[in-house]
Amino acid sequence: MDYFERFAIPHPSPAIYASMVAIGFTVIALIFVLTYFKLWGYLWREWLTTVDHKKIGIMYLISAIVMLFRGGADAIMMRAQMAVPNNTLLDAQHYNEIFTTHGTVMIIFMAMPFIMAFMNFIVPLQIGARDVAFPRLNALSFWLFFMGAMLLNISFVIGGSPDAGWTNYFPLADNEFSPSVGTNYYLFALQISGLGTLMTGINMIVTILRMRAPGMTLMKMPMFTWSAFIANVIIVFAFPVLTVALTMGTFDRLFATKFFTTTDGGMDMLWANFFWVWGHPEVYILILPAFGIYSEIISTFSKRNLYGYKSMVGSMVIISFLSFLVWTHHFFTMGQGALTNSIFSITTMAIAVPTGVKIFNWLFTLWKGNIEFTTPMLYSMLFIPTFTIGGVTGVMLGMSAADYQYHNTMFLVAHFHMVIIPGVVFAMLAGLHYYWPKMFGFMLNEKIGKITAWVIAIGTLLTFMPMFFSGLDGQARRMYTYTESTGFGIWNMISFIGAIGFTIGFMLIVYNVYYSIRYSPRNIGMDPWDARTLEWATPNPVPFYNFAKQPHVNSVETFWDSKNNGHELFPEPYEDIHMPSNSGMPFILACIFFAWGFSFVFSMWIPAILSTIGIFICMALRSLEKDPGYYVTVKEIKETEKKLRGVQ
Amino acid sequence: MKVDQSLPLEYSTEQNKNNILGFWVFLGAEIMLFGTLFAAYFVLADRTGSGPTGVEIFQITPVLIETFILLTSSFTIGLGINAMRKGNLKAMITFYVITLLLGLSFLGVEIYEFVHYAHIGAAITVSAFTSTLLTTLGTHGAHVTFGLVWGILIVYQLIKRGLTPETANKSFIFSLYWHFLDVVWIFIFSFVYLKGMI
Amino acid sequence: MKNRWIKLIGFFTIVTMLTGCDPLLVLDPKGPQAEVQAKDIMLSIGIMSFIVLIVFVILAYMLFKYRASKQSPDYKPPYIEGSTLVEVICVGIPVLIVIYLSVVSVDSNYKVESTPEKYEHEEPLIIYAATSNWKWHFSYPEENIETVNYLYIPVERPIEFKLYSYGPITSFWIPQLGGQKYAMADMLNTLHLAADYPGEYMGRNANFNGKGFTENTFNVTAVHQDEYDEWVNDVKDTAETLTEEKFDTLLEPGHVGQSTFNGTHLMFLPPPVHVGEEVEAAISEDDESQQNKN
Repeated sequence: MDYFERFAIPHPSPAIYASMVAIGFTVIALIFVLTYFKLWGYLWREWLTTVDHKKIGIMYLISAIVMLFRGGADAIMMRAQMAVPNNTLLDAQHYNEIFTTHGTVMIIFMAMPFIMAFMNFIVPLQIGARDVAFPRLNALSFWLFFMGAMLLNISFVIGGSPDAGWTNYFPLADNEFSPSVGTNYYLFALQISGLGTLMTGINMIVTILRMRAPGMTLMKMPMFTWSAFIANVIIVFAFPVLTVALTMGTFDRLFATKFFTTTDGGMDMLWANFFWVWGHPEVYILILPAFGIYSEIISTFSKRNLYGYKSMVGSMVIISFLSFLVWTHHFFTMGQGALTNSIFSITTMAIAVPTGVKIFNWLFTLWKGNIEFTTPMLYSMLFIPTFTIGGVTGVMLGMSAADYQYHNTMFLVAHFHMVIIPGVVFAMLAGLHYYWPKMFGFMLNEKIGKITAWVIAIGTLLTFMPMFFSGLDGQARRMYTYTESTGFGIWNMISFIGAIGFTIGFMLIVYNVYYSIRYSPRNIGMDPWDARTLEWATPNPVPFYNFAKQPHVNSVETFWDSKNNGHELFPEPYEDIHMPSNSGMPFILACIFFAWGFSFVFSMWIPAILSTIGIFICMALRSLEKDPGYYVTVKEIKETEKKLRGVQ
Repeated sequence: MKVDQSLPLEYSTEQNKNNILGFWVFLGAEIMLFGTLFAAYFVLADRTGSGPTGVEIFQITPVLIETFILLTSSFTIGLGINAMRKGNLKAMITFYVITLLLGLSFLGVEIYEFVHYAHIGAAITVSAFTSTLLTTLGTHGAHVTFGLVWGILIVYQLIKRGLTPETANKSFIFSLYWHFLDVVWIFIFSFVYLKGMI
Repeated sequence: MKNRWIKLIGFFTIVTMLTGCDPLLVLDPKGPQAEVQAKDIMLSIGIMSFIVLIVFVILAYMLFKYRASKQSPDYKPPYIEGSTLVEVICVGIPVLIVIYLSVVSVDSNYKVESTPEKYEHEEPLIIYAATSNWKWHFSYPEENIETVNYLYIPVERPIEFKLYSYGPITSFWIPQLGGQKYAMADMLNTLHLAADYPGEYMGRNANFNGKGFTENTFNVTAVHQDEYDEWVNDVKDTAETLTEEKFDTLLEPGHVGQSTFNGTHLMFLPPPVHVGEEVEAAISEDDESQQNKN
């Protein structure tokens, strides 16, 4: 029995036991449903083995939404605990576990897959490609991310959650101060999903550089593709730093090396440096594709081309470059001296300039437009003011002398939420409404959608604006409670009310999906928004080969030109299409990675060695395998197109 | 798959071109990986705690042997690619096998070096310096080990399938990888060993 | 559209009302360093509000003027590439603002990283502040006394805190006297503070360091120099002596409340060797004895 004791939860509570039971029942129910409706084969053929970038995109989307609710539940628990002084809803240990999980899940397992979903689904369509450059690698990326997410999530019921903050600062995260396996889970979950992200980065760069339709020069790429390209370049340069930092942390914990220890020469701030060398660019990995989505939406619903295309691209390039030069602003208070602080303070504030250019370009895109208030557009218009508040507080935080007062307070928490929620979450919701018909062939209800947008925007302001004030009043972040005399009560109460607003907003989204599945019309044609870029030149939903004929591109808005200016989009005749075949290998390999991570988390060396060998066997099999793919004949294409478009 | 006869075999299909570009991007990521390890090494090199310093443990002979072996292997794999371009499969396989044998002997010397370090009290757990030194060397060594397994699979495929666009593509990418490991070693040699011995 | 304005106006009214009653700690400085920071904060809030206002006005104008319901149904928006003049303005004005803020920021950096100008001629009081889970140990080497979880400081005199930690990274913060700085295991940091007025101030560790983080606080009492001297003499007469065994029990993780000792732990457990750049010279003579620790 001793062997199994390691899997026990170190700090159990009724809520955790209840969740265990709930998870158990859900798994049983899932297995029952799949078996009863004979869906195992369907699941395997259509989803687990797929290499289709659209299906992978949809799987990313579903995972992201599930994780959004997981992280959201954490958030509401935190706000509830903080709502009144001396609250005893949660104790310190549980509060620590919850904010750690909240941060990790929201950044790595919610925001990342959300943008991955759109990059996977949209980029190949926007550049007129039939798939990504390495379809099977793409599937592997997804499954590695998915297994990483699962690994972090089971920590909750097996062995204990990580509790050292999502930044996982050493030496707090070292064995001495975090003895539970929670931090191991953190290290391995991030490592495994980080590998997947790195592969996506390589995949997307090659896709965008090499697979664009004839005529699409780099400066004729749609803005979302540009933003995805730059985000992926950042991924390729930033993620290896995380890989190394995580490896060092893992070695410190499992093999007693001395990288970040307090003794034998270890340097605790080295972790913080590496973490933020990755962590700050990571913020731009999230926000640039979000900016891309806003650019598409604002241009579409202003019925105008995007203002200042070149400066948009230029500002993204500058942002990506600066993003690697600002990491120490996350610890101005480390004591690196006035000179270092001054340099990083200036580079930090400098980022405001290209970001400001983007904001003004969006504003000028509205100029002389014909603005139509759809749900995606409403999110975008709510984004601009709220994000501006978040953005300018970032400049304030960049002033290092003043940052000594903001650092580690609720002011900082307010800032990054006011940036990430309007910047990333609003964009993802806007993109969700905008691309929903492309993904599923029907539209989400506009009326419910608009109400939701308002509810969520008000929720954002109510939740996070008070934190600016409580931060300036001396409320440190990550405190699990406070006394009445501090006067933080009122601010935290307003935040809690805002958090309830958020909850209602996300419930409304779920209701909207349900409502639209039942009542939304299915005959929406291929271009329901009167859009401008190439992805809308395919039927809804998109056939597996994307484009029946190779599109030819003449401008940034080639689809708009084909509708209004007589550009011929498909001048070529039908040809056989070469497609990659499905493969179960990515899924199996990712499962082995899961076992690998799990074995290391609990220092079970024999399974760890076996799964390592398993990983290498999978890679060897892949190397030896011949993978010629298959051809879709012209006859099949014509039949499919006829079914989808009615005539052709 | 369309094959373009005017280009070298390894570049002859669209997928091949994608693979090669993808691998270059991957090498970009690898540069960041080793760059980070070097950064950690520079920061921690003097933090020896109660353990030995670099001057005390580095030996010149095995390091020179390793450097010589690895540089030679980089040359022989270049000859292998040259043979591939000329369509001489037999010569190509020979050079690849020589490369792999050299890689194996490099690894042998490195393992000896590691055992030696452990023997004289410079194991990975001793200090921040030994941790970062052995992790940096170990990461390079792990890359060489991975390369050996990969190389064997490629030689096997060359023997089994001959020179096709696929095998040529794989062999070429493998040569890029091998050259890259050589470049990394030159940095290790200069900035870890030479700098540490002075 | 109306909703938004009502909401915003309502929100700001509430905020002004609330801030009117009770000033926010950080914006109610009681020392020269906190004053520099509060000034910077108010200045940046002013400039940033102006930028926010501009964005709001342009946005409101565009949305009001160019919404579809106000246009004729067959209105076709023109194709506009972008204009260099507009771009130059969009880049130029933010650049000027950033340059201005940079100058202010750099200037303040050097101010908060050195002895407050006001009290430059006074002799600074040096206090070693160390954390262990989840307590603060304050050593007064000049007076040869030590306190736990509370501070007594004289007003109108510069104070140099030497910060370090027996464990996770922590952050020493007294909002009303000045911003925070990290205390770390392998490095000694210096934080320059001073109090202008006597009073009780809240101090805490602001950097998350585990289970007891929330209660990792301390009280600061600022008094006039004569009162301070009185307190020191009082401690010397009454407090028990800090022994190595006693200090080891204090280092055990947990909460211990406030206590006072004769003697400091610096004698038997010296602070770390590695020092932040500027203070390196000042402390280098201690290096010999500190080598022993590693």
